Amino acid sequence: MAIDLRRFHPTFFEESLEGVAVMETELLEIERILLRSNEGVAAEFDPERLNRIFRSAHSIKGGSGTFGFNQIAEFSHALESLLDDSRSGRRTIDAATVGVLLRAVDCLRGLIDAARRGEPIPACADSVRAELERMQVGAAATHLPSRAEPVRGTDGGWQISFRPRERFFHTGNDPLRLLRALAELGPVSIRADLSRLPDWSELDAERCYLAWEMSLAKPVARHAVDEVFAWVAGECDLEIQLLAHAPADSPKAEDRAASSIRVATAKVDSLVDIVGELVITQTMLSQLAEGFTPERLARLRAGIAQLERHTRDLQDAVLGIRMLPIGFVFSRLPRLARDIAGALGKQVELEINGERTELDKTIIERVSDPLIHLVRNSIDHGIEPPEERVKAGKAPHGTLRLTAYHKSGNVVIEAEDDGRGLNRPRILQKARERGLVPPDTQIESAQIDDLIFLPGFSTAETVNDVSGRGVGLDVVRSNIRSLGGGVEVSSVSGRGTRFTIRLPLTLAIVDGMSLRVGSETYILPLAWIAETLRVRAECVSQPAGSPEIIAVRGDYLPLLRLDRLFNVRARAASLSEGIVVIVEADGRRAGLFVDELLDQQQVVLKSLEPHCDRLEGISAATILGDGTVALILDAGSLVRHAHNPMFAMANPPSSDLSQGAGAPALH
Amino acid sequence: MATIMTVDDTASMRQMISFTLNSVGYDVIQAGDGSEALKLARDRKVDLVICDLNMPNMDGITLVKSLRALDTYKFTPILMLTTESQADKRDQGKTAGATGWIVKPFNPEQLVNVVKKVLG
Repeated sequence: MAIDLRRFHPTFFEESLEGVAVMETELLEIERILLRSNEGVAAEFDPERLNRIFRSAHSIKGGSGTFGFNQIAEFSHALESLLDDSRSGRRTIDAATVGVLLRAVDCLRGLIDAARRGEPIPACADSVRAELERMQVGAAATHLPSRAEPVRGTDGGWQISFRPRERFFHTGNDPLRLLRALAELGPVSIRADLSRLPDWSELDAERCYLAWEMSLAKPVARHAVDEVFAWVAGECDLEIQLLAHAPADSPKAEDRAASSIRVATAKVDSLVDIVGELVITQTMLSQLAEGFTPERLARLRAGIAQLERHTRDLQDAVLGIRMLPIGFVFSRLPRLARDIAGALGKQVELEINGERTELDKTIIERVSDPLIHLVRNSIDHGIEPPEERVKAGKAPHGTLRLTAYHKSGNVVIEAEDDGRGLNRPRILQKARERGLVPPDTQIESAQIDDLIFLPGFSTAETVNDVSGRGVGLDVVRSNIRSLGGGVEVSSVSGRGTRFTIRLPLTLAIVDGMSLRVGSETYILPLAWIAETLRVRAECVSQPAGSPEIIAVRGDYLPLLRLDRLFNVRARAASLSEGIVVIVEADGRRAGLFVDELLDQQQVVLKSLEPHCDRLEGISAATILGDGTVALILDAGSLVRHAHNPMFAMANPPSSDLSQGAGAPALH
Repeated sequence: MATIMTVDDTASMRQMISFTLNSVGYDVIQAGDGSEALKLARDRKVDLVICDLNMPNMDGITLVKSLRALDTYKFTPILMLTTESQADKRDQGKTAGATGWIVKPFNPEQLVNVVKKVLG
């Protein structure tokens, strides 16, 4: 039988890396508790934590042996032994042990990664393994037992006396099976011993009363005979001695893991259900279509409504497959926070909430770097050194709280620290020094806070290897924006800083409002729309040299006329004939003037980037129900443009772009 | 054909066992830990159970004990997956009523041989 074990490798690598992540998380938690107890807080960690770490190491060991990764097996064996000592109380867990275990976990991750890529094993393996073995109780380094050498029988065969105990059947064993297995080794003569058989009236069918004397007339290896009886050694009297039987070689192979995604069975089941419903609807519709008469119109409509519902369900379910819990990203952060805090001599506790909040896989992958940056930033700039905190009447260790939750079709991630807060006078001073803010202008605190997202802005007194200089929050903001989200900061001096990231659930589909400007249709994602209103001409004013401004309930917002911006001829001759859509992005609002609102619909995003350069004001395109192409507006850059018209848009899209339906051409 | 249940918290082992036994014609059902296995075993009759020892929620030894306490599983063969270093666990498992064990690491051929031996 030839089964290629390589087919199981991707799963093995994936779950082993998950196991490594579990080990790391639990070790960090144990370390945190140990630190607490050093601070005088009585704390004991739940032994189940250690069990979880042990189970992960044990599973990796078992799998790596089975799938032929012997180096991983040996390494995880050493790790498992040390963990077993700790788990059974032969060794007390202290900070030093946790340190070694964390290093071993890193090394194990390296080993698994190397095996996955088919690369040579990392250099750390031998030294860390030696360290693990040194730490073991009694320091008697135990390697994986080597294969038991078969001992050859020399005489003509074996005489076996086999006397099962009465409860023999209760372990699911069957003497007949053993006799048969023995007979496979060579010619046997078997004699049953009926001496223990009781009277019929006392006989219990569930008990074993028989015994056997057997002679095997073939000089087979002794261990072959032992193996036949290996399982029942404790349930019978046997005159031969046991030897452990030998593991055999597993085929050695390396494989590259394809990018895969693990999906909960429930999600797949619901897909199957929906497809079933779709098929039923389809059958119903084709039956209706055959010999269709106008009386059946109502049923046709009902069928189409059903089709719509199922299609939407199917769409949700399929997108759901790509959804992963944000915990995948969060789980990397405790280790990072620990290492950064350690390097800066600070004490930080990372609190994570809402790690089950689900997000599209692509977004998860791309939000990781910005999050890492924010954690770094908070520990480096936000949280004070212990002495300073104590002076300010705070606990010596700072808290960084990461929270993820769903809010009106978006995912919100907050990173909140209880550090010193933003130093507004200093930020303003820096911004003035760099000419980012004209001197002698009054700006509000929220606007000052927002300055930290400007390119090239950094207030760090010294450059260090943690946050670096200047490369930073502007990159975070642009990364998040490229995902269709936004990031904001709020801060209370001396109390802490909170970054709020808002992200769409998925990148593939957007709920949009279709707008008409002249003969063009544009899509504006609903998430950006604050309100729509008709304005009277007297609400709009234009101060000399400035863009138009509309008054909305005492607030003054810049007005952007899409017809002028995109150079299309509007149908509305005056403001009162059209409609103003108020959009909100990054905390600022602006009005967009359009001819009319058409419809609210879900559109599938089609990227423009393969066809033309990035266009300001346009994020993507979509194909409408009638087959025409509509451009999707990028509210973020439109609002920015409305507020800073002197930053002329680099590439204002002209109307000819959207007229050539199908293949937008560069002009 | 006989139905076999594989109980393991690692998906790769479950997949390997299940694929191997399927390929020689057995029906295989999978469970991720002891309590899931016990639920499945109550719902339908399984002819052979192959279980890991270290699992979350309910470990292998507790599973063996719980299965043996059920009338329908009094004599059903139960095999444990163990490693060389787990002799004491193996003994505990035997005391709890396990039929035998398979030593990890093992290859598909060994697995099929053992299963054929047990199911006859």
